[in-house]
This record gives sequence, C-alpha cells and structure tokens, in this order.
Amino acid sequence: MAAPMLRGRCLGRCWALACIDSGSRHGRGAATGFTSSGKRGQSFVAQQPLLTAQKSRKGEHKWAAVVGLEIHAQIASNSKLFSGSQVHFAAPPNSLVSFFDASLPGTLPVLNRRCVEAAVMTGLALNCHINKKSLFDRKHYFYADLPAGYQITQQRLPIAVNGSLAYSVCVGKKWRQVITKTVRIKQIQLEQDSGKSLHDELRSQTLIDLNRAGVGLLEVVLEPDMSCGEEAATAVRELQLILQALGTSQANMAEGQLRVDANISVHHPGEPLGVRTEVKNLNSARFLARAIDYEIQRQINELENGCEILNETRSFDYKLGFMPEPNLPPLLLYDTASLPAGADPQQVINIDRIREQLPELPSETREKLIQQYGILPEHSFALLNEVGLLEFFQNVIKETRAEPKKVTSWVLNIFLGFLKQRNLAVNESPVTPSVLAELLNLLDRKVISSAAAKQVFEELWRSKGKTPSQIVSERKLELMQDEEALERVCHAVMEGHPQVVMDMKRGNPRAINKLIGLVRKVTHNRADPTVIKEILEKQLSS
Amino acid sequence: MLGRTLQEVSAALKQGQITPVELCQKCLSLIKKTKFLNAYITISEEVALKQAEESEKRYKKGHSLGALDGIPVAVKDNFSTSGIETTCASNMLKGYVPPYNATVVQRLLDQGAVLMGKTNLDEFAMGALGSDTGGSTRNPAAHCGIVGFKPSYGLVSRHGLIPLVNSMDVPGILTRCVDDAATVLGVLAGHDPKDSTTIQDPGKPFMLSSLTDVSKLCIGIPKEYLVPELSSEVRSFWSKAANLFESEGAKVIEVSLPHTSYSIVCYHVLCTSEVASNMARFDGLEYGHRCDIDVSTEAMYAATRREGFNDVVRGRILAGNFFLLKENYANYFIKAQKVRRLIANDFVNVFNSGVDVLLTPTTLSEAVPYLEFIKEDNRTRSAQDDIFTQAVNMAGLPAVSVPVALSNQGLPVGLQFIGRAFCDQQLLTVAKWFEKQVQFPVIQLQELMDDCSSVFEIEKLASVSLKQ
Repeated sequence: MAAPMLRGRCLGRCWALACIDSGSRHGRGAATGFTSSGKRGQSFVAQQPLLTAQKSRKGEHKWAAVVGLEIHAQIASNSKLFSGSQVHFAAPPNSLVSFFDASLPGTLPVLNRRCVEAAVMTGLALNCHINKKSLFDRKHYFYADLPAGYQITQQRLPIAVNGSLAYSVCVGKKWRQVITKTVRIKQIQLEQDSGKSLHDELRSQTLIDLNRAGVGLLEVVLEPDMSCGEEAATAVRELQLILQALGTSQANMAEGQLRVDANISVHHPGEPLGVRTEVKNLNSARFLARAIDYEIQRQINELENGCEILNETRSFDYKLGFMPEPNLPPLLLYDTASLPAGADPQQVINIDRIREQLPELPSETREKLIQQYGILPEHSFALLNEVGLLEFFQNVIKETRAEPKKVTSWVLNIFLGFLKQRNLAVNESPVTPSVLAELLNLLDRKVISSAAAKQVFEELWRSKGKTPSQIVSERKLELMQDEEALERVCHAVMEGHPQVVMDMKRGNPRAINKLIGLVRKVTHNRADPTVIKEILEKQLSS
Repeated sequence: MLGRTLQEVSAALKQGQITPVELCQKCLSLIKKTKFLNAYITISEEVALKQAEESEKRYKKGHSLGALDGIPVAVKDNFSTSGIETTCASNMLKGYVPPYNATVVQRLLDQGAVLMGKTNLDEFAMGALGSDTGGSTRNPAAHCGIVGFKPSYGLVSRHGLIPLVNSMDVPGILTRCVDDAATVLGVLAGHDPKDSTTIQDPGKPFMLSSLTDVSKLCIGIPKEYLVPELSSEVRSFWSKAANLFESEGAKVIEVSLPHTSYSIVCYHVLCTSEVASNMARFDGLEYGHRCDIDVSTEAMYAATRREGFNDVVRGRILAGNFFLLKENYANYFIKAQKVRRLIANDFVNVFNSGVDVLLTPTTLSEAVPYLEFIKEDNRTRSAQDDIFTQAVNMAGLPAVSVPVALSNQGLPVGLQFIGRAFCDQQLLTVAKWFEKQVQFPVIQLQELMDDCSSVFEIEKLASVSLKQ
C-alpha cells in the first residue's frame, strides 16, 4: 500500500519520512501551531492545472517538492536596533519600552552599531557579498503589536546578498555516508521585531506587550534549493550553530530567538514549479521538518485529487508599497582600502577587520575534530549538535588516556543516552567530565570490564559525590587479574555442565554464552566476558 | 519692554532694569488680553513663573546662563514638551502629555529660556500656514512683520518635532530682528545623537558680524519667481530691494531655476506620502484619542482615526496611500523624488555660478483678510502661498524672511533671502545688513491695542470666524 512519494533530490533520512500512503486523503486539521497560507510565486508560478491532461493512477507520477525559507534571528545585543531600551527574555510586560519603541510622536530611530556588526559577521560567515551601501525602508501595515504602523526593514538594498550555506545530510546504509548540500542565500537584512499580542478570549480583548518591539532581527532568506522537511531542518540547524558560534544570535527556537517561515510548492520533475504556499512561524526544529513534509503531502494530495493549490494572501498584505525611511541616512560600510583617512573608528565599520576577527565556524570545528581525533564525520556532527557536548567531550579527552574513539562512543552513546532519557541538558549532568575520564581510565587499564563500567556509570549518575574508584571497590567490580584462577573456574564450570559442553561441541552458538554466564556468576562478574570466552574456547579445543 | 529685541531685553535683565518674573508676568498679561486671537493652545503659566523665578535667582547671583536666560519664548504645538500637553492642534492628540522634551526645546530651557506656552497651528501643520516644511516660518513672519528664519536641513535637531515631512521639516525661528535669530540659532544648532539626520559638528553660539561693504556680494534674482499672481506692491518692494543692493555696490544678476513650476506638485506627492506614513502611528492604542468602539481592533482603528483627524489630514493620508500603492509608487513617488533632485540641482547650479544669496518675495501679497482666505480650499491655498518658499525646503537650504515695508493697507510685507547649504551665518549676515538699510518699524502691540476703540468687536469677529 505504501508508495514512496518523494523522489528526486531528497535523499538519506528523507526516505523515512517520505513513505506515506498516497491513497488516503490526509486530514488538514491535525497539525497545530502553524498557519498555512498561499502566496503567488514570483517568476515561477505554474498556472496550468497539473492534472487535467493525464489522469493516471494515483501515486504513479513522481513528485518533487521545493522548499525555501525565511529565517528571522534575534540579534544578541544589549539594546534594540534603533533605540536604547534593553533586550531581555521574559521581563515583566512593557518594562523594556523606550519612547521610540512606543512610537511616541517626534521620536527618531538611531542605528545600533552592534547590530550592524552582527549582520556583517553573519554575512561573511555565510559567504555573502556585503553591500557597502545599504538602505532602510518602511513597510506599512496595521497591527496592534506594531506601534508605528510600519516596520523599519531593508527592502531595496539589504546589507548582504548572494551567499551560501552548506549543510550535511547522512545517507546510505545506517546513514554512514555524509553528503554536503548547499542552499543559496538570497539576502540578509536588518529589521525590527514586532511586539507580542496575547489574545484574551474570555474578555474579548488583546493584550499587547511591547518588550520585543524594535529588537533587532536578521532576516536570512534561503532560496528554494531544499526539497523536503529534513533538508530544511538540517539547514536551519546548521544556521543556528553558525549564529551561536559567531555570537550574533543565541538562535534558541524555543525562546523565539529563531523563527522560520517556509515557502513550499510541488511539481513534477521537468515541469514548471507549482504554486507556493507559506507555512509561518515555525519555532521548533523538530516541528519544522514535520510541518513542511505535511504541507508537501497535503499539496500532493490536493493535486492528485484534481484540486488546485489555493492562494490565500495574508490579511495585512494589501498592496501598500515600501517607502524609504527618511530619518536614517544610507548605511555606509568600509573596508581597509576605502576607509577615509583620519576616520573615527567609533563612527565607521571596517568589513576587513570584522572578517579577521571571525571566530571558528562549526564546519571548521568538525573538520578539526576529524583530523585531530580520527573520529567519524557523523560523530563530529553529533558532537556539535548538542549544546555543551563538544566542550564536555574535549574535557574528557584532556583527562583520559583512553582512545578518542572509545571516548566518542561513550559520550555519544552512553552519556548522551542517559541525558536524553532523563530530558537533561549537558550542563545539568550529574556526571562531570573528570568523573567520566576517571571511569574511562579504569576501563582503559583493564581494571574493570566494559559491562562493569556501565554499571559504575549508572551508579555515578544516581549518587553524586562518589568517585568511580570508590564504586568499583565498594561493589567489588575489579576484574580478576589472576588468569590462572580464571582458567580453573572455567575448567570447573565446564566439568560441572557436560551437557552444555556437548552443545558447544555440536556448534550451538548459544551454549557458550550459557557457560560464560555461569563463569561470570561464579566470579561475581569480575571476569571480563571476552577473556572468559577465549579461555573456554581454548579449553574446548584442547 | 515687550516690544524690544532679545538682545535689548537680555541687557535689561542683566542690568536689573527688569526682573525675569516681572517680564514673565507682563508677557502673561498680554497673552491673556490677546486671548481672542487664539494664538496659544496651552499657556504654561505655572511652569513659566517657576522658570522665571529660577532665572531671577541666577541673575541675583550673577550667574546668568547666557543671552536667553529669562527670555520668554513660545513653542509651536508640534514640538514635544515634557509634562505640557502637546496636541498638534488635533483631536487625535488631545490630552496627550509627552514624557520628553524635543531637543530644541531642551536646548532653549538649558539656556534659561522661559516657556510661555504652546502656540496654535493648522492641524498637524497641514495648512497654508504649513510648517517649516513648506514655508510656515517665513510666511507668517512676512505677514506679521517679523523675522522668520529656516535653518539648513540637518543643522537643527528634529528630535521631538512631530513630523510632517521628515525629509523637509526644520525647526524654524521667529524673532523681532535678525540678530535675535542668530542668537537663538547659536543655541539650537549642532549635532544631536538622537537625530541621525543632523550634521556631526557640535555647533556653538556666534555673533553676526556687521557687514559694511557689500561690493563683493553677488545677489541672484530668480526669474521664474516673477509670476503674474505676484501683487504689484510686493513686486515693487522686491525691485527696490534689488536696486538697493546694486546701488551699494553689490552685483545683482538674473538667474534661472528652471524647475520651479514643478515644485508645488512635487511637494504634494512627497508630502502626502510621508504624511500617510507618519500618521500611521495614530491608532488610539498607545496614546492620544481612542474612540469608544471596542468590537474589534480594526473597527477601533477606523473610528479613532475618523474622529481624531480632520478632513485635511484625512485627505492627505488618503492621497499619500494612493501614491504609495505598489502600482503607483514608481510613477508618483519615485518620479517626485527625481523631480526633487532636479529642483535641488537648480539651486546648486546657481550657487556654483558665483551667486552668494538669492533675493525673492516671501509671499504673493500682504495678508489676505480671513473671509477671503477661507474662500479657497486648503490645497489651492497652499499652492498659492508657498510658491516662493517651498522649493527651499525641497533643497534643504537656509532661508530667511525679513520685513521690508508696510503695504498701502498698512500690513507688513517681507522679502526672502536664500543661502547655500550650511552657510546660515553668511545668509543672516546679509539679511542683517538689509534689515539695517530698510529700518522697518517695530510693531508696538500695546499701543495698537490701546488705540483700538472696541476690543470687543475684534473679539466677536474672531470668535465668529473661528467657529467656521
């Protein structure tokens, strides 16, 4: 019944999400929290109805999806884009509002230098061309959380254009193979955030909080080079990491510091692109992928059932144009060559200086990890994917003689596993890097077995304050060092269980495990199972 | 005392001939007597007296702040004044008490000026007596026989000036003589970090030199300003002024500003567009008037804005919205911007050819009686009256209207001087020389009122006409 729906450019993990039954009609109401509205595509709107020609069996036509993104990242700065009021998350309502933010008559915008620098840094990190001259405009619409009746943005000439963002998807068997994909960046512009409205249904009123009004945003526009939710989510994730590495935005989706709008259309490969719809205000990475795929599927279903994709223009998208912002002169940036002589460094921004001071980007960090520690590419992704995990890993490495591959395995599988189970962040872990390092050292010196190490880890997690060594000695988990004694035990066990030995001789693979288990029981789990197995096999063969 | 110039009063205060409080009280008394003129929207009596008392303390100690200390000033009601109602003469801002001072207001207060109150204007400064956007510092000055000075755009901060057209608005200065205007300019001019369109230079007080020799001066007379609607009286004053300069040795030449005739139309497109944008913030939510309707936000916006704005304002907002529509933007707004550039270039070319200052009329004629005034609608009215003053705002140049003579009807007439950008000081120097030559009689309001046989008749007339 299931038929793979999406082919073409979507690879790797996308398969898992793409296997949806095309026969049934999906309901529309399931997903909550986003609004889907159509918008006419610009140069590539396909007006012809895609299905009237050949109405073949459903699922037979291949579909390709095209996804573009508009990402709004709140700039990490002390004050807002055009006024001096502070930027804080979760402050009391309307406590961070200057006269300008409240649009009191006669107030004027004054550009925040830090925000401009953040935009330049981000543009450079994303391989953009930085426009040495950019302009500010007013975008008009009426909404309660927009006090001035317009938003100051950069429509005509934004600060950065024509960049690219590389991200990697894991493909192939067990997703071992890593493919790098690129999405073009159309532009990056500076603009104001709006306030927040809270709808009070009970009293039929809307409450407005202007704390967020005027906070600086970077709008990053990604061209429709992505083909499914997974790609989009991965690109967003990579952008998040870049912004966090640069320090230009904390990019925390849950706190609203990173918001994504997706533009989605579907078409048959080889034909013109379809009508675009927009899915707005996605504020969780996980939800993003699902919502996009859901919309893709919805469009496919609609089209396969002979319907057209509807255009619903946003209610306040009436055709009032932009107007230049008359209170802000053009923003002029310089490089070392064009810097005017005797210019006050406080008054000018030098693009070259900013480029020199760019911190290490995630892609560089991953590359270094692979080179330095010989870990696998997909592990380098995993290490960067969790906040604080890389630092944790590096701290463990510093204090242990164990091989990096071992450390990686422990950090990514066992440690991360424990965190995820208990829904904890790295910085909430009861096990510190030093403690884990000590445990790994014990393992490395073969003081304990792998199984024992896991037991110790569990205990460490539960009871703070105990060192691994303490737990090992308390629970008598030290490996038996006396090989001869172990051989005697093995021999004894084999003598005591001739039937099992017979099974073993007959080639029953489970028989040896039983013997191992028995030996372990006798030795109170203080023997390394791999060594036990070796001894048993040796004794059997002799 | 109230008929003296700023410098004379300042000297009198310093010498103790009059105290700031006495001066303030005289001023308040005259304001009350002339209440029928409806010149003030808000009289800030308590604040003024308090400021006067503090000024007096300073004078007693010999620590006066400068030439403006204790001097009564009035501020048009589209400047934000902290703690004092600021309405822009509009219902929309009735009861709005700002929490901050406009920069120019603050600079005056920092020098010890005494704020008498907020003066009247057309709603949001959108009448023929426009704002310092189309000439409404210079036009009323010409009609009233005082000096009206519009500084270069960018010289004086607009922070706190409730905007009409951000790219043309300039705070304007009205005084009895040119020296006084220079004194005030010295206090107001200079960089304001709160206004990104001001120049970087900090600005400082200056004294105008007294020009004795005008032989090195080149005066330009724009031929396009010789329009048929110009009254013969004003035309003759203009001509006489040109001759005066020539006879004193200055070079006086005819120049051309070819795009003059497009100025008013261009102004209307840009003005209404910016107005539509600037008025978008008046939605009744954060401050100002809010209607009683609470069915929905949209309904509330609509009713609030209908109640809060008068016809002229609403008309301009609608016009501006039209020009800003996506399909109209290129044909109207962008085109008007281009025409504006041409108009500004006209002036650049003229000044580059060796002209120092342009001499033009300020208005078409003396002040027109009220009943005649209201015959024409607002747009026609503006089109007519701003014809000589408007282009200056498009080009951002400094200009000053200086009273030249009384008409046959006994009403004042002024002439306008236009200077190069940021050459405000030079412009005022030339204006001062002219003022000295012309010796225009100072209006003695007190005498005028004493002479008036029936003050009540004036009051009745005024209240009748204002009701319309």
